[in-house]
Amino acid sequence: MPKLMRNAFYHLAIILVGLFMLYPLAWMVSSSFKEAPAIFQSVKFFPDPAILTNYINGWKGLSGIGFSTFFRNSLTIVLFIIVGNIASCLLAAFAFARLKFKAQAFWFSMMLGTMMLPGHVRLIPQYIIFNKLGWINTYFPLIVPSFFATQGFFIFLMTQFMRGLPRELDEAATVDGCGPFRLFTQILVPLSTPAIVTTSIFSFIWTWNDFFSQMLYINDLRKATVALALRMYVDASGSSSWGALFAMSTLSLLPLFIMFIVFQRYLIEGITAGGIKG
Amino acid sequence: MSGKKRAEIKRNIAGYLFLLPWLLGFFGFTIIPMIASFYFSLTDYDMFTPPKFVGLGNYIGMISDKKVLASLSVTFRFVLMSVPLQLAAALAVALALKKNRRGVRLYRAVYYLPSLFGGSIAVAILWKKIFSQEGVLNQILAVVGIKGINWIATPSTSLYTLILLAAWQFGSSMVIFLASLKQIPTDYYEAATIDGAGKIRQFTGITLPLLTPMVFFNVVMQIINAFQSFTPAYIISNGTGAPLDSTLFYTLNLYIMGFMRLRMGYASALAWVLLVIIALFTGAIFLSAKKWVHYD
Repeated sequence: MPKLMRNAFYHLAIILVGLFMLYPLAWMVSSSFKEAPAIFQSVKFFPDPAILTNYINGWKGLSGIGFSTFFRNSLTIVLFIIVGNIASCLLAAFAFARLKFKAQAFWFSMMLGTMMLPGHVRLIPQYIIFNKLGWINTYFPLIVPSFFATQGFFIFLMTQFMRGLPRELDEAATVDGCGPFRLFTQILVPLSTPAIVTTSIFSFIWTWNDFFSQMLYINDLRKATVALALRMYVDASGSSSWGALFAMSTLSLLPLFIMFIVFQRYLIEGITAGGIKG
Repeated sequence: MSGKKRAEIKRNIAGYLFLLPWLLGFFGFTIIPMIASFYFSLTDYDMFTPPKFVGLGNYIGMISDKKVLASLSVTFRFVLMSVPLQLAAALAVALALKKNRRGVRLYRAVYYLPSLFGGSIAVAILWKKIFSQEGVLNQILAVVGIKGINWIATPSTSLYTLILLAAWQFGSSMVIFLASLKQIPTDYYEAATIDGAGKIRQFTGITLPLLTPMVFFNVVMQIINAFQSFTPAYIISNGTGAPLDSTLFYTLNLYIMGFMRLRMGYASALAWVLLVIIALFTGAIFLSAKKWVHYD
């Protein structure tokens, strides 16, 4: 086969399979602009006419509480978790990568162990503790653990990153009279920006996509997140409001998509560093 | 006290100070809850009355619990089908998108997207709608004259919609494969070409052996993930594992037992059995690694 044809065939195959892969998402987006009957009575892909009614109706939300509230709730949780993960994981990573202390290797292997541990073996006592503390129906059970470096993946990511920074920095700083604390805040943290960005992105994606712990701990509609609201929306509405459901689903994926577009490089680095689901 | 010793003590104090948040979290959110959950697994506990010690009763009860057996069967089938499918797709696409040529960056992004969105509640809901009676799959089938079924509500097909959803998210494994493909030195292939090895021979002789460490890593991580899969099954079955327990994932049954029926002791026992199952699986893969993983 001549090279030109082989090339054309390659691109055609990749594009066709790619379109097939994206079709479910494309169907959701196009349906969100369709009138109710058109969604499941016609196979035409492009909405005709294209309407915004679904977005307007969907945005009104459930029982008088609009989706703006749900988005604000989700964002609040995400922001706190990002801050918590960055602060606590940086401290632990600095200890593992740059300091020397007794039993360091042991604690590091324990930390790696928690990454493989199915969360279910601690789920029920955690729930009981949070319940005793009166934290059910608050954001504390979701946010507080992140301030105690419970996501081993981020510690691992940051430790690997800090190990790659030149050792001479520490020596120079020590000669200049810098203690470990100033070494950390003035030198290591600023240099770790790429690892901090990657941590923020993954914290965002995982928290945004989280459903299980949000469902477990939050049951007040006013405190509901986007994920919880979408789930309730399915129950509350029949097939007549598929359009509004798809409109809000599309909106709920938009922040992830923006993350992907803006921070693609960091995302790829994070996946290859830890090989964790993204 | 000598100056050297004092410096060492100082170093230890600094190390543990920086590690303190993690240590508190490690004990407070992992070790102590794990011990408590093991204790609960030996009791009857509903959160309102004090736990009643029943010894191994919960574990023995599981052997004859139809829901547990059904959930094990569903979960094993899910793991054993979705993980190989996902990794095969990831490897195939990574090979196709390995070379830097025009458009390839966009292609990689497109094939990665499902794994970015796939874990979301929106996609789980979307999946439910796609495979429902009036969903888009049946619309397309109707065009070619096939009358489709409700794939979600039919016991023999519902699990396969979830396997498909998992396999669809091969993007992050693909990204890992792409990164390790790039690290294979090109002179390996040049030397093989000079020796007269064809494309297929190069793949089985060079690419595949050098990829095995990454395949191993992906298999372990994806199996651990797949055993804990929850959200799609919960959404598709409205939290019940219906129809006829065909989507009753192990973790879904655990959730129902613990938080719907408030059998917290039993649910704790289920959690520990899950830990043992995952440990056995990963252990077996680690043991088998000597036979097929290529380290140089």
